[in-house]
Amino acid sequence: MSISSLHSLKGVFQRLGLILAATFVPGIAAAEYALNFQRPVTEIAGDLLELHNLITLIVTVIMIIVFCVMFYSILMHRKSRGHQAATFHDNSTLEVIWTVVPFLILVAMAIPSTATLLKMDDTSGSEMTVKITGYQWKWKYDYLDQDVSFFSSLSTPQDQINNKADKGENYLLEVDNPIVLPVGKKIRFLVTANDVIHAWWVPQLGVKKDAIPGYVNEIWTKIDEPGTYRGQCAELCGKDHGFMPIVVQAVSEDEFNKWASVQKDKMVAAQAGAGKTWTKSDLVARGEKVYGQSCAACHGPSGAGVPGVFPAMTGSKIATGPVADHLNIVMNGKAGTAMTAYKGQLNDVDLAAVITFERNGLGNNTGDVVQPSQVKALR
Amino acid sequence: MSAHDSHPTGLSRWLFTTNHKDIGTLYLWFSFTMFLVGGAMAMIIRAELWQPGLQLVEPHFFNQMTTVHALVMVFGAVMPAFTGLANWQLPLMIGAPDMALPRLNNWSFWLLPFAATLLVLSLFMPGGGPAAGWTLYPPLTVQGGMGMDFTILAVHILGMSSILGSINIIATILNMRAPGMTLMKMPLFVWTWLITAFLLLASIPVLAGAVTMLLTDRHFGTHFFDAAGGGDPVMFQHIFWFFGHPEVYILVLPAFGVFSQIIPTFARKPLFGYTSMVFATATIAFLSFIVWAHHMYTVGMPMAGELFFMYSTMLIAVPTGVKIFNWMATMWRGSMTFETPMLYAIAGVFLFAVGGVTGLMLSITPADFQYHDTYFVVAHFHYTIFAGSVLALMGAAYYWIPKWTGHMYNETLGKTHFWLTMIGFNLTFFPQHFLGLAGMPRRIPDYALQFTEFNQWSSVGAFILGAAQLLWLYILIKTVKGGEKATDKVWEGAEGLEWTVPSPAPYHTFSTPPQVR
Ligand SMILES: [Cu+2]
Repeated sequence: MSISSLHSLKGVFQRLGLILAATFVPGIAAAEYALNFQRPVTEIAGDLLELHNLITLIVTVIMIIVFCVMFYSILMHRKSRGHQAATFHDNSTLEVIWTVVPFLILVAMAIPSTATLLKMDDTSGSEMTVKITGYQWKWKYDYLDQDVSFFSSLSTPQDQINNKADKGENYLLEVDNPIVLPVGKKIRFLVTANDVIHAWWVPQLGVKKDAIPGYVNEIWTKIDEPGTYRGQCAELCGKDHGFMPIVVQAVSEDEFNKWASVQKDKMVAAQAGAGKTWTKSDLVARGEKVYGQSCAACHGPSGAGVPGVFPAMTGSKIATGPVADHLNIVMNGKAGTAMTAYKGQLNDVDLAAVITFERNGLGNNTGDVVQPSQVKALR
Repeated sequence: MSAHDSHPTGLSRWLFTTNHKDIGTLYLWFSFTMFLVGGAMAMIIRAELWQPGLQLVEPHFFNQMTTVHALVMVFGAVMPAFTGLANWQLPLMIGAPDMALPRLNNWSFWLLPFAATLLVLSLFMPGGGPAAGWTLYPPLTVQGGMGMDFTILAVHILGMSSILGSINIIATILNMRAPGMTLMKMPLFVWTWLITAFLLLASIPVLAGAVTMLLTDRHFGTHFFDAAGGGDPVMFQHIFWFFGHPEVYILVLPAFGVFSQIIPTFARKPLFGYTSMVFATATIAFLSFIVWAHHMYTVGMPMAGELFFMYSTMLIAVPTGVKIFNWMATMWRGSMTFETPMLYAIAGVFLFAVGGVTGLMLSITPADFQYHDTYFVVAHFHYTIFAGSVLALMGAAYYWIPKWTGHMYNETLGKTHFWLTMIGFNLTFFPQHFLGLAGMPRRIPDYALQFTEFNQWSSVGAFILGAAQLLWLYILIKTVKGGEKATDKVWEGAEGLEWTVPSPAPYHTFSTPPQVR
């Protein structure tokens, strides 16, 4: 199918939608209705759109034929028109035809499908690799060639979600740290998960792959044009499944390299201070930020938790009991619960800070201070 | 009549009954109740999705609603409803005095209310009910509170009920047919149920195994599905869908049977291609066991697996198409009238075909990478399960209720229910195709702004659909209580043994077997 027929088909769908919209719900007919895939920006996504349009066309034609035959029969062969019932109830020729013809149509559909599938599977010749890890409820990106890694989580303010503020243009589809990728390069993704199953999906790239703990799935992309492409976690992964979007920023290779070196510097800066002794107030201030990013989703912004599901932080036995137990659960997690091991996610300073914050904020007041060196000793 | 025929009244009649008609009635009212319970949950889901932002419920509760809605509808509403129909109709259609194993029959039913209570109670446990989707994928299901254990136990009991019910159905059909009722003379509804019962026997124990392994992973330190302990989370999906795919045919084959009874009656013309219908049903049943991994294209299977499951799944379109063409040929050059059951059958066939072709689209592995886990899938399976199974059940209720109660339902009310259901259903689910194509994932309590309009259509449709079912409840109660007296044959074009007994069917029928020519 050529690109122009693709567009005209899309146009037909869009007009059809507008007519339907105008018929059913006057007043919102002017609203934007997306009726088909988002605009592809990779060759694969383009192939998928073509394949989808082709099979949509085939099944639409089949359904129109079925509808016309049924409707004709309903109209003409009714008792109220005095139509007498025929008595036939078998016809081997017909049975053979409507077994063989659909089979041939299926074969015709299977050929381009197989070709596309084989193409998608071919990760050979990739020029760089990014490891994608799903966490409840954020993504981690490790650039294996550039030695850069960071977490990426929802940046839509809670007030917008709770209808206390106007929703922004990219509501629920915006993150603090997008995954930045160079255009025109074949990029291999290694997809896995830390806790439960997630799925990394960016429609415009035509990439969707499950992120499964214990598995490393491979998939690739090659982005044709610079831009910002948004997607979401596609596999139910618990409470905030709907709140772990993906934002891809595709840039030129030069920009990408510059970005990567800046990221590296940032990572070094974040490590700074691991050796020194921190004051309590500095730790609490830093810990409050870490808490907001890593803990608040379950334990609540004010430490109240969700009764029966996620324990409260305020007055908790862990956060007010022995420091060693607190360190242990934060660093190593608790098996069989959503509490994951944070020792791989946070650096020494952040771990020390967040534990200090939990013991001295959120209504707790133990006075304990945990230093980065104590965390380091437990690694 | 002997003393054996005297039966208790009041509560003990229903508790101790071994009569297939009583048990059929119990099944049907139970499933209707669950239909309303599951429907209420759907209303909560659609109300929350009316606009972006969180308005009504918390995300964790939203996840419980989608999960329990599905479990209640599949295991509490649709499956028991078809078993209820089987109880009422199979003996009447094959000329048997009752089911083969009447006491087992009583127990099969009375397991259900306990299972349903456990399932609904799970919502009130600390931590709430199951929130990991009806597919119960670990490791997420290992995380939940004790509501998950309630669910596992409920699934076990529901499964036990289904297995016992299927054994009874197979025994009845194979042993209790009236003289002259050879296998190839059985009404199609009997055939589809016979095949469904074998599907149940083969698949439910697999589900029971899967949830038992979940239970031991949760509490007894096994690591069947825990990668860190040497287990495999994907193995659960293989096991679950080995049950799950036959399950979707368990939900829809008896519906095919219903369509095959209703359409010839109102077309006043014999079913076209009886033999090919039987073979198509058997072929679908066989294929349903070798297509399971088409639910898992994105888990990262080897290429050979992706291709095998794509081709085998596409093949299902062939026997399914044969069925649809046969129904169309049955209507062709008939002398049709359009009473409520016929409206449901025609709409059911056509809308199921819509779900069928979207199923074909989903079978195409590469395209599925874009469709998988989006609202396109939600739209697809509601077109198959609602339009296939539920519309068939509605049609069946209108078709046979004169035989059950001796009263005709009110035709105007029946048609009103039909059209409201049509408008509500299509308005709810058709726009969801577009939502999915445009990129809206399923199972999310809140969504990006570009999905607002179609979600609002969908919510409006859902409220219409929900309200229409209250009308159905009213129609059913009204028909049970009274109405125009039904004749024995009820429908002008009706054929089959069930139409030879009086309306309402007496408590005991075919005590002396009829002779089938
Ligand atoms: Cu996720």
